[in-house]
Amino acid sequence: MPDHMLAITNLHKSFGTTRAVDDVSFTLERGQLLGLLGPNGAGKTTTVSMIAGLVTPDQGAVTIGGASVSSDSDPVKRRLGLVPQDLALYDELTARANLRLFGSLYGLSGEALDRAIGSSLTLVGLSDRADDRVKTFSGGMKRRLNLAAGLLHDPDIVLLDEPTVGVDPQSRNAIFDNLEQLKSRGKALLYTTHYMEEAERLADRIVIMDHGRVLADDTLSGLRARVPAGADGEASLETLFLTLTGRTLRD
Amino acid sequence: MGLAAFVALVRKDLQLFFSDRRAVILTFAVPIAIASFFGSIFRGAGDNDEPAKIAVAIVDRDGSAISKSILAGIRADRSLDTSTPGVDEARAAVRRGDVAVAVVVPPGFGDAAGRAFLSQGEKPQVDLLFDPSRGAELAMVRGMLTGHVMEAVGKEVFSGAQGRAIVDETLRQLDTGTMPAETRDTLRILLQSVQRLNQQSDASGGGGGGITVPYSVKESALTGGGINAQYNGYAHSFAGMGIQFLLFAAIDLGTGILLERQLGIWKRFRSAPLSRFTLLAARGASGTIITLLTLLVSFAFAMIVFNVKIHGSVIGFLAIAIACSIMAATFGLLVAALGNTAASTRRVAGFAVLVMVMLGGAWVPSFIFPAWLQRITVVVPARWAVDGLDAMTWRGLGLDAAIVPTLVLLGFAVLFAGVTLLKFRWEEA
Repeated sequence: MPDHMLAITNLHKSFGTTRAVDDVSFTLERGQLLGLLGPNGAGKTTTVSMIAGLVTPDQGAVTIGGASVSSDSDPVKRRLGLVPQDLALYDELTARANLRLFGSLYGLSGEALDRAIGSSLTLVGLSDRADDRVKTFSGGMKRRLNLAAGLLHDPDIVLLDEPTVGVDPQSRNAIFDNLEQLKSRGKALLYTTHYMEEAERLADRIVIMDHGRVLADDTLSGLRARVPAGADGEASLETLFLTLTGRTLRD
Repeated sequence: MGLAAFVALVRKDLQLFFSDRRAVILTFAVPIAIASFFGSIFRGAGDNDEPAKIAVAIVDRDGSAISKSILAGIRADRSLDTSTPGVDEARAAVRRGDVAVAVVVPPGFGDAAGRAFLSQGEKPQVDLLFDPSRGAELAMVRGMLTGHVMEAVGKEVFSGAQGRAIVDETLRQLDTGTMPAETRDTLRILLQSVQRLNQQSDASGGGGGGITVPYSVKESALTGGGINAQYNGYAHSFAGMGIQFLLFAAIDLGTGILLERQLGIWKRFRSAPLSRFTLLAARGASGTIITLLTLLVSFAFAMIVFNVKIHGSVIGFLAIAIACSIMAATFGLLVAALGNTAASTRRVAGFAVLVMVMLGGAWVPSFIFPAWLQRITVVVPARWAVDGLDAMTWRGLGLDAAIVPTLVLLGFAVLFAGVTLLKFRWEEA
C-alpha cells in the first residue's frame, strides 16, 4: 500500500485534566483538500499543532510521506508548510524581508530564495507591494502574505488554520483561487474552518471533530447522505454539522 | 540549513531594531543623557574644579583671641563654606538644610580651653548643631574643628597675651589644686619654661611659637594609570548607565520573543526544521550585538565629549564589554523563559534590572555602600560589570584585572542560559 502524504494515527493530547484530542486518526493524499471542521474547543488547532510539531502528542503518530518526524530539525519538516490562524508577520519589515526570513528558515538562499519570494508574491497578488512595510497592508493583504509565507519553500503539505478569518469577500475569493491552484499542483491541504460554505466549496473530504474526537470522516456527498434530505432538496453541511455536534453554545 | 537560518534570524532582529529610528535614538541617547548627569555629580576634583564645600555656620559667643583664631582658621579652610550668623539664625539655617553644621563657641571658651590645655581644668563645651541627613559632613567638620582648636589654643597659650595670662594664673593656682605633688612640680617646670621662652622671644623681637600640626600633607591620587591620575566620574557613570540600558535592551529581547509567541510567529519558527539551540542561540547572538552596541556607543560618546579614557587594557575592556553583553543577552532569554505576557513581564523585569543596577553600583559607586552591602552585592552581575569597566578605564589596571570579572560575567551567562533551557516553554498550543 502506498504511503499517505499525511497520516494521523490515534493521536491523543491532554492539557491537565482536559482531553483536547482523543484518539484522532485520518489521512490526507496528494492533490486533496481535507476540511477539518468543528466548533470552538473541538481540538482542531491542537491537532494541527501536533502535525506541525508545535505540540508533542501524548500518544499516537504523525507520518509525512511515511516518515515520522524524529527531531526538531528533521528535514522531513521541510515538506510541511504552516499558515497559522494568527497573522504571523513582522509589521515593521517589508513583505520581502518577511518572506526572506521565513524562506531562510527552510534553507532557501540566493537566487532560489529570490525566485521563491517572487512566485509566492505573484501567487497571492502582492508583487507590487513587495517592498512596502507590512504595517501599511490591509487585513486581507496581510492574510494573503500570511499564506505566501507558508508556501515559500514549496511544501508538499500545507496546514491552513482558519486562513480567511476577518478578510473581505474579495480577499477570501483570492485565497480560494490560490488554494485551488495549489491543489491542482498536487499539494495536500489540511484546512480548518468554521465556515461551512468554505468547506463545501473547497474540500474533497471533510473531517468533523468535537470534544477532541472525530465524529465523521467522509466526502461531502457521503456526509450529505447521512441525513435525510429537506423539502428543498439535499441537506446542507451546516445541518449535518449541527446534527453531529449539537446546538449547545460553545466558548 | 542551521547556519543560514541562524544568520537570517540574527539579521531579522537587527533589522527590527534599526527599523524604529526613534527607538534607536532613545536607546542610545537616554543612557548618554543620564550618564552625563550622574557623571557631572560624581566627576571628582580636576585641576580646574572648585571642590564641593561644606556649609558651616560659626557662632562666636566668646570673642576671645582663641575663639577668633579658631574662626580665622575655619574661614581659611578651603573645604568649608563659612558664615557667621547669630545663634538663632544658625539654628534656623540648619533646620532648613542651608548649612550642614553650626558650631557654637560658648562665652569663656578661650580661657577655659587654655586652662584645660595646661592643667586639668574643666573642659569647655562646643555645641555642634547638625542636619541629621548629613552625618558624614558632621564627622568631617568635627575633625577639622579639632585641628583648628588645637592649633589656636596651642599658639595662644605659648605666645599670645591671653595665653600668657593663663600661664601666669595657672602657675599661681598650682599649689591650691588637688594635683599630685610630683605632677604639680613637673607642670610648674613646664610652665616656667614657657614663661622664659616667651620672654626670650620678646627680647629677640621674634614671633610667637605655639603648637602647629606637626606634619604637612602631599596628596597623590594613585591608580594603575600612574601617580596623580584623575578620577573620572564620567567613566564610572557611563559604565553604570551603559550596563543599565544594556539590561533594558535585554528585556526588549525577551519581551520580543514573548510578543512573537503572541503573534503566532514563534509557531512558524517551531514548525520549521530548526533545532531549539539554533532558535535560542540566534536570539542570544542578536541580543549580544545590540547590547554591545548600546554599551560601546555610550562609551564612544563619553570618550569624545568627556575625555574618558581606557587607561588600562583595551583588550580587557573589550573582553568585559563582550562578556557583559553575552550575560545581558542570556538574561533576555531568561526573561522570555520565565515571562508570561510581554506587558507584565516588561514591568517585572524592569524592576529586577533597577534593583540589579542599583546594587551593582551603577547609580552611585559601590565603595560608598556599607561594608555588608559591598560584600553581598558580589552576587549581582552588574557589580562585576561596573567594577570591571572601572578597572579598565579610570583605574587603569591591566589585562589581568579583567580576567576575573570576565569569567564571572560569563559564569552568570551560563547560569541564565541553563535556567532558560530548563524553563523555556517550547510547546505552542
